[in-house]
Amino acid sequence: MSFWKDPLKVAADWLMGILTGWGMPEVAAQVLIGFLGVLILISILMVLDIFLVWVERKVVSRFQDRIGPNRVGPFGLIQPFADIIKLLIKEDITPSGADKVVYNIAPMLSMMSVLILWAIVPLAPTILGVDLNIGALYIIAAGAIGTLSIIMAGWSSNNKFALIGAFRQVAVMVSFEIPMLTMLLIPTILAGSMGMNAIIEKQDIWFFWLSPLAALIFLITAIAELGRAPFDMAEGESELVAGYNTEYSGMKFGMFYAGELLHAFTYGGFLAILFFGGYRFFGLEQVSPFLAIAVIIFKAFVGYWVIMWIKYTLLRIRIDHMLAFNWKFLTPLAFTLLMVTALVNALLAGTSAWLYVAGMFLSNVVLAWAALEIARSYSRKERGKTEGVKKVVTTPRSTP
Amino acid sequence: MVPLSWYLILAAALFSIGLFGVLSRRNAVAILLGIELMLNAVNINLAAFWRYGNVLHMAGQVFAIIVFAVAAAEVAVGLALVISVYRKRNTVIADDIDLMKW
Amino acid sequence: MTAEQIIFLVVAFFTLGSGFMVVTTGNLVHAALWLVATLFGVAVVFALLNAGFLAVVQVVVYIGAIAILFIFAVMLTRKDMRDQGPQMNRGWWAGALIAVLVFAGLFFMLQGWNGLSRTAAAIPAGFDAVAELGNALVSPDAFVLPFEVASVLLVAALVGAVYVAFNRK
Repeated sequence: MSFWKDPLKVAADWLMGILTGWGMPEVAAQVLIGFLGVLILISILMVLDIFLVWVERKVVSRFQDRIGPNRVGPFGLIQPFADIIKLLIKEDITPSGADKVVYNIAPMLSMMSVLILWAIVPLAPTILGVDLNIGALYIIAAGAIGTLSIIMAGWSSNNKFALIGAFRQVAVMVSFEIPMLTMLLIPTILAGSMGMNAIIEKQDIWFFWLSPLAALIFLITAIAELGRAPFDMAEGESELVAGYNTEYSGMKFGMFYAGELLHAFTYGGFLAILFFGGYRFFGLEQVSPFLAIAVIIFKAFVGYWVIMWIKYTLLRIRIDHMLAFNWKFLTPLAFTLLMVTALVNALLAGTSAWLYVAGMFLSNVVLAWAALEIARSYSRKERGKTEGVKKVVTTPRSTP
Repeated sequence: MVPLSWYLILAAALFSIGLFGVLSRRNAVAILLGIELMLNAVNINLAAFWRYGNVLHMAGQVFAIIVFAVAAAEVAVGLALVISVYRKRNTVIADDIDLMKW
Repeated sequence: MTAEQIIFLVVAFFTLGSGFMVVTTGNLVHAALWLVATLFGVAVVFALLNAGFLAVVQVVVYIGAIAILFIFAVMLTRKDMRDQGPQMNRGWWAGALIAVLVFAGLFFMLQGWNGLSRTAAAIPAGFDAVAELGNALVSPDAFVLPFEVASVLLVAALVGAVYVAFNRK
C-alpha cells in the first residue's frame, strides 16, 4: 500500500508507530492523530478561503467589465493578504449596551457552522473526515447552527436595523430549509443511502441527468441559505446598512465575510457531490486519491462560479416575494417532485438503464413545465388585476 | 463501560431541573423552557433503554421520534398562545394573567 | 475510569450545568441560549448511545427550529431591550423542594431495580440503525400507525398555531 494510493492511512500508521514507540497509550495516540488531521484540514480550508476572496473579487470585476485588483502582486494575488492585515490591525469595537459574550461568540459560531460541514465531504474514496451514514441530514444540522449564530449577531448588536436584518435572514433560512431537505432526499432515494460516499459510489450516471429539477431547486435553496443575492435582503446595502453584521468591524467582520465565501464554496462542493458525481471522472479516482481531490475541487469551483454568476447578474428579491416564492411555489413543487421521483424509481427500477434515465428525466421536465404553466397563469391573473385584461385589438373591416 | 444507571440518573436530574423551572418561573415563556427540558430528559431515558435493552427492537427510538414531533407541536401552539395573550394583556407574567380567578 | 466514562461525565456535567442556567438566569434571551447548549449536550448523549439519527434530528428539530422559535418569542414579548426584574415567582423555594423530592424519589426507586448496573451489549455487526428505524416507522406490523397519527398531529398544530397567532386587522 503505497503513499500514492492511500495517503491518510500510511501517514496515520507511521505517526502511530512513532507515538507508541515513545510510550503513549494507543487510545491517546489515536485521539492525537485525529486532532492533527482536523487541524490540517482546517488550515487548508482557511488558506483556500483566502484564495476565494481573490477569486470572488476578480470574477465580480470581470462580470462588471473591469479588471479588479491587479496592483498588489502579480494579478493581484496578494490582495487578500493585504485585506487580512488591514482587518487584523483594526480597533476591536464592542458597541455600548451590547451583550458582550453573545456578541463575541456569534462570529465564531458562524465560522464553526461552515467548517463542521467539511467533516462529511469526501475528497477521495479514502480521504474523508467521517463516513456518516446520515450525511444528508448533517448538512441541515450544520445550517441550523449557522441560523442560530445570525440571530445571536443581530440581537446582541443592540441595533434595531441589525435585529431586523437578522430576523429577515433567519426567516428566509428557516423557510428555505424545507425544500432543501426535500431535495436532499432525492439523491437519497436514487442512491439508497444518505451517506455522501454511498451517493457518489452510485453515480455511474450523474444524478443531474436523472433529476435536473432537483439540482436546480437545490441550487436555488442553497443560494437562499447562504444569504447571497438574489436572496440577500438581510444585508442589502441600500436597505439595511449591512444587516446583522452592521456593528461588526475588524476580524469579527472578517470571520462573517470569509465564512460566507467558504460556505458558498462548500455548497458548490455539495452540488457537485450530490448531482454531478463528486470525485468521480470516468474512473480517474481509482488511479490516485490526489487526482480525485483535484476532480472534486474543480467541480466545486465550477459550482461556486455558477453561484457567483447568479449573484452578479440578478436583482435582489423583496422579502415578501421571497417568502411567497418559497411557500407557494417551491415547497409544493419540491414535495410533488419527491413523490414523482419515488414513484418513477419504484416503477422503473428493474428495467433497462436507458429507460430508467429517460423516464426520470422526462418526468422532471414534465413537472417543471407544469409548474411553470401554473406560475404563468397565476401571474397572468395578478397582472390582469392591476392592468386590466388585455383585449385583443382587431382592426374593423372596412365595408366595401 | 458506562452502566445504565448513569444515563437514568442524568435523565432524572434533567427532569427535576425542568420541573423546578416550570414551578418557579414567572415568565410564561420560561415555563415552556422548563417543559422542553423535561421532554429532553424523557428522550434520554428512551434512547438509553433502547441501547441497553434489545437493540434490534426499535420501539425506543420510534417513541423518541414521536416525542420530538409532540414537543415541536406543543412548543408551536404554546408560543402562539403566549404571543396572542401578550397582544391582548401586554404581559407574559403568568401571575398577572388571572382574569378568571375569583 | 475508561475514556468512555470520562467523556460521559464531561458531557453530563455540561448538560446539567446548562440546564441549571436555563432555569436560574435572569435574562430570558440568555436562558434560551443556555437551552441551546443543553439541547446540544443531549444530542451528544444520543451520539454516545449509538443513536446517531436521533442526535442529528435533535440538532435539526430542537436547535434549528424550537430554540429559534423560543428566541423569537422572547424577543417579541418584551416591553423593551433591558433585562426584566426578578424572574422567580413568590413560591420558588417550594418549587425547589418539590424538584429535589422528585429527584430523590426517582433515585431511590431506581436503586431497588436490579437491572441497573448492566452494561451495553455490543451492537451486532452489519446492523444499520437508520435502515432498521426506517423500516420500523413504515412497516404495517411495526409503527406506521403512530407515525401517521404524529403527522396528523403536526398538521393540527400547524393550523392551530397559525390561527391562534394570526393578526386580524
